[in-house]
Amino acid sequence: MQITYNANKCPKCNILQIKGTMNQIEVIANKIEDLFYRRKKRILSVYFTAGYPKIDATATIITNLEQSGVDLIEIGIPFSDPVADGDTIQHSNHVALKNGMTIRMLFEQLRDIRNRVEIPLIMMSYLNPVYQYGIEKFCKKCQEIGIDGLIIPDLPLYEYETKYKDVFDCFNLKFIMLVTPQTAIERIRKIDFLTGGFIYLVSSASTTGSKGKMSSEQMQYFKRIHDLGLNNPLLVGFGISNRESFVNACRYAAGAIIGSAFIRAISQSDDLKASISSFVQSIKAE
Amino acid sequence: MKKFEVDQNGYYGRFGGAYVPEMLFANVEELRIRYLDILNDSSFQNEFHALLKHYVGRPTPLYFAGRISDKYNTRIYLKREDLNHTGAHKINNTIGQILLAGRLGKNKIVAETGAGQHGVATATVCALTGLECTVYMGKLDMERQKPNVERMKMLGARVVPALSGNQTLKDATNEAMRHWINNPEDTHYIIGSVVGPHPYPDMVARFQSVISEEIKTQLFEQENRENPDYVIACVGGGSNAAGAFFHYLECEEVMLIAVEAAGKGITTGQSAATIALGAEGVLHGSKSIIMQTDDGQIVEPYSISAGLDYPGIGPLLAHLSEKERVKFTHVTDKEALRAALELAQLEGIIPALESAHALAILSELNLKKSDVVVINLSGRGDKDMETYIRFINNEK
Repeated sequence: MQITYNANKCPKCNILQIKGTMNQIEVIANKIEDLFYRRKKRILSVYFTAGYPKIDATATIITNLEQSGVDLIEIGIPFSDPVADGDTIQHSNHVALKNGMTIRMLFEQLRDIRNRVEIPLIMMSYLNPVYQYGIEKFCKKCQEIGIDGLIIPDLPLYEYETKYKDVFDCFNLKFIMLVTPQTAIERIRKIDFLTGGFIYLVSSASTTGSKGKMSSEQMQYFKRIHDLGLNNPLLVGFGISNRESFVNACRYAAGAIIGSAFIRAISQSDDLKASISSFVQSIKAE
Repeated sequence: MKKFEVDQNGYYGRFGGAYVPEMLFANVEELRIRYLDILNDSSFQNEFHALLKHYVGRPTPLYFAGRISDKYNTRIYLKREDLNHTGAHKINNTIGQILLAGRLGKNKIVAETGAGQHGVATATVCALTGLECTVYMGKLDMERQKPNVERMKMLGARVVPALSGNQTLKDATNEAMRHWINNPEDTHYIIGSVVGPHPYPDMVARFQSVISEEIKTQLFEQENRENPDYVIACVGGGSNAAGAFFHYLECEEVMLIAVEAAGKGITTGQSAATIALGAEGVLHGSKSIIMQTDDGQIVEPYSISAGLDYPGIGPLLAHLSEKERVKFTHVTDKEALRAALELAQLEGIIPALESAHALAILSELNLKKSDVVVINLSGRGDKDMETYIRFINNEK
């Protein structure tokens, strides 16, 4: 058996890190990696905006998503100018900010979350709020809480590679990048090489929350990426809103991500537990 | 312009870059790879300059404004960008970008607009070339710049109200970027200022640099010197300032002054003076100075002038400010309104509210009688008549 790994001394914390392709050597445990090691199919990841619909809903949403059988959670930090998002998530960002959500408050709300859930947690934010908080300080805090990965849609590959990769690696945060139908193959391979956790396969050229069925072009595109045989598993996102689109998205990928449809499902909810459970059921039920 | 040129990664010092979501990477990358070759191509240059001359009406005059010079006891020249076709400097850039879009094989155009000048200039070049045009404009701006909305529609553009945020330029820019994300294959995004991801700031500055190129020649004809003592321009995103300063950046003896919109005053919370109030951050694809809260949320700016009502500034200008090559200052709504009225009555020229900000600092400068001052009169005031009439009636 071939063992490939590379060892780097971390410039931030001076710890020797070994990154291997062998799952037998789990030098640094990461819950996202664990998940994809255990499960290869039908993984359901759900995005929600912290501070929406109510300022104090964060822990309730996370615990209920886990109990309902969701596999992975993306916690959205609201931003005033979410350019990659469609109407639904723009609205949830707006409400969350009006409710008073900030990164500091979110960290406070998540302080004991690892006493309550085991599920892998990803922070999703546009760059500016994190940049303003301080990238390294942010990562350190994420590690303390037990966050496993980051999605920062407007942090491009070049900046990540040259400025931030070492920092994210140091705090054991998988940096997850988007790949779209416009992303060239060589670039996909480079993203696959430089990032970890999974690859976020954007289903079509669109902002979040687009509706409609998966077209045959989209299915061919998923297959094309699947057939590249990348190191990282694929999760399909954007436009996944119900069981049918979830199942289609899972055909050539390890799973899929739902955001806008979940936001809509809890928008008017008086009983988050019940709303979350019935929403997840509607997606996952066999 | 070597010292302040963009580097190969799209940075001016610590500002710039291309912070776009992956959905836009391919488009921005294509632009980055191709823009210099396209711009430097002689057929492009010929077409660009022929249109600027015969269609836009360039060169615009450099006018010695005698009566206002007397008032401030100095020698004031106005660079008459207001006399361009469509009434502002914005068309210099849209002519360049529409020719570029053709060479990229794009047949649809999307743009954002604040005051409507860039929207009109975009709608105009789309009509000229037969490309489909969609312009996003904040709902508030559509109300305060109604004539420009009607002009865009008459030119065949689809004008879409931006309903988020304060419904001004920032929100229109968000919507235009979303539109581009949803239509990456056939659409070119014509950004109206020296903002956005690399290569936009450099590309737009190059198209606008025709302004300072002409000033040099024209000033030599009239004053027997290429370099004035001062060049003054208003700044929102910074396109007219970048154009007016461009060929003077290396001429250290020329004092360059950029005037931001203080709105109701920089301490009132209702202002758009980004350099005065902002901090380093990332917005609309580049790292620059932006107006934001401690939590990194973008602050809603305010200015009476829709074209300056923007919480960011181009990375080149942020860099020029940091390197102290350009002196930044700011004037309030009221000061700009008074300056507009003064120019109208002393010179018979009604300036755009944006340009009036540049005029309004004349009284604050210690000008000598022998000083030569060039003010970039970036646009004309037809679109602002409602605001001016209200101001005049209130002053009575």
